[in-house]
Amino acid sequence: MERLNPHARADRYGSRINRTQSPIRVGSVPYLSIMLASLLPVLLIADVMPLLPSLGFLMLLAWRMVRPGLLPLWVGAPLGAFDDLFSGQPFGSAMLLWSLALIGIELIEARFPWRGFWQDWFTAGLAAVLVWLAGLMLSGAPVTPEMLVVALPQALLAVLLYPILARMVASLDRFRLARARRIG
Amino acid sequence: MAPPSSRRSGFSKKAQFSLFTGYLLAGAGALLGLALLTLSLWQPTAFAPLRGLAGDVVAPAGEVTAVARSGQQGFFSGIAGYFRAGSQNAALREEMELARIRLAEAEAVKAENRRLKALLGLQDKAVKPVAVARLVGSTATSGRRFAFLGAGSSDGVRPGMPVLSERGVIGRVLETGRASARVLLLTDSESVLPVRRANGDVVAFAEGRGDGMLRVRLVNLGINPLKPGDLMVTSGAGGYYRPGVAVAVITETTPDGGIARLVAEPSATNYVAVEPVYQPEAVAALRAQRAATGDVDNADREEEPAPPAAQAAQAAPSPSPSPTASATPDQGDE
Repeated sequence: MERLNPHARADRYGSRINRTQSPIRVGSVPYLSIMLASLLPVLLIADVMPLLPSLGFLMLLAWRMVRPGLLPLWVGAPLGAFDDLFSGQPFGSAMLLWSLALIGIELIEARFPWRGFWQDWFTAGLAAVLVWLAGLMLSGAPVTPEMLVVALPQALLAVLLYPILARMVASLDRFRLARARRIG
Repeated sequence: MAPPSSRRSGFSKKAQFSLFTGYLLAGAGALLGLALLTLSLWQPTAFAPLRGLAGDVVAPAGEVTAVARSGQQGFFSGIAGYFRAGSQNAALREEMELARIRLAEAEAVKAENRRLKALLGLQDKAVKPVAVARLVGSTATSGRRFAFLGAGSSDGVRPGMPVLSERGVIGRVLETGRASARVLLLTDSESVLPVRRANGDVVAFAEGRGDGMLRVRLVNLGINPLKPGDLMVTSGAGGYYRPGVAVAVITETTPDGGIARLVAEPSATNYVAVEPVYQPEAVAALRAQRAATGDVDNADREEEPAPPAAQAAQAAPSPSPSPTASATPDQGDE
């Protein structure tokens, strides 16, 4: 067969047999990408107002929506604890909010299983806005009207960033499952 | 995309149990988060060592971006400079001539100042900074305004020390790691700083509003003497900051004070200096006094250590124009 057509046993990702993924990448890429997204906003100097929505949470949402069932349900607590170390929120707030968001999404998904991109975006946007609002309330400082006004762009940005992050997660997922070595 | 059917438990006991365990663990995680959140809202410094460790890890990466940031600022201001070169040149020349005159006047004042101080037996002691470092990052996703500093307890930085740039006050060190520290910026809504007007005896508190502006609240209410354009400087009350450092410029007045814009914007600074606490004895005395009265959670609160009411009581009787005199109420407390 191969003599007639070299691509006979291949799809567009390459050979369909002898495809071995790297076990390290399969397990680590989602977690590392979420932790990196938690770290990145730290490098900006925001002296006037919050500049970015919580990228770590958006990344977690994107992984949850694009690859449901990949991350365990309880993953919000450890990843949230990591985010709390850098986000400036009191320790424990992301642990609580991310866990609640993941449980909520899981419960909703069990009732409305068939989803598409728009529904994913709606769910992720709603979750991001709710977590943003709750994060402001739990920030450890009294919430002033001025604070809410300057934080509004954060909510808008969170909703608009989701599709981009979902595409990024999709390509990260391809990298995660790409062939790492040839056996034999 | 529909969720994979393997995630439905069906009649399999094993699948049902693993699904149940997942919910159980997630719920436990949420409860743990709630407990830790309550603890850290009650005792904000409880997780300071953990955060210090985390800050140490990201500080080197922050150094790199800080260098890039200052380079990029120069680049953009260079381009912007070309567009306004002509008119700016004329304006600057005029300004320089005025400044020369002012400089001569200042020399005269300085000489007189030296003479008067010699008469009084006071001496100028220059404050030597504990450390000079870059701001390596900030909490850009939170409603709180903290910055990370590239120097920590191994450089001698301790919580409570003021952080200043060459233009004015940036904030106060809140927590320290070994090679990094967390700074409470003035714009944070928990930050309160005792200030006075640069050319007068108006005493006030500058509180962060959370949107980049400061709310200046006068200690003595009555007719509001503030005008837009007034410069507010630190008064030295509370013992943390040395008096006379620029803080903010009033942009509009309100019935009880005004709204002010920062003089030293953290995002526009290159290096900042950490200075020692101005009156360590006064700060220690205030803290001990508060601990004795049972107000324990306020002793280590993230705001300016003395609550406005307590400081108002100190500052109000002797609002004095001289920086050295305005620090005396603290010494009297010891």
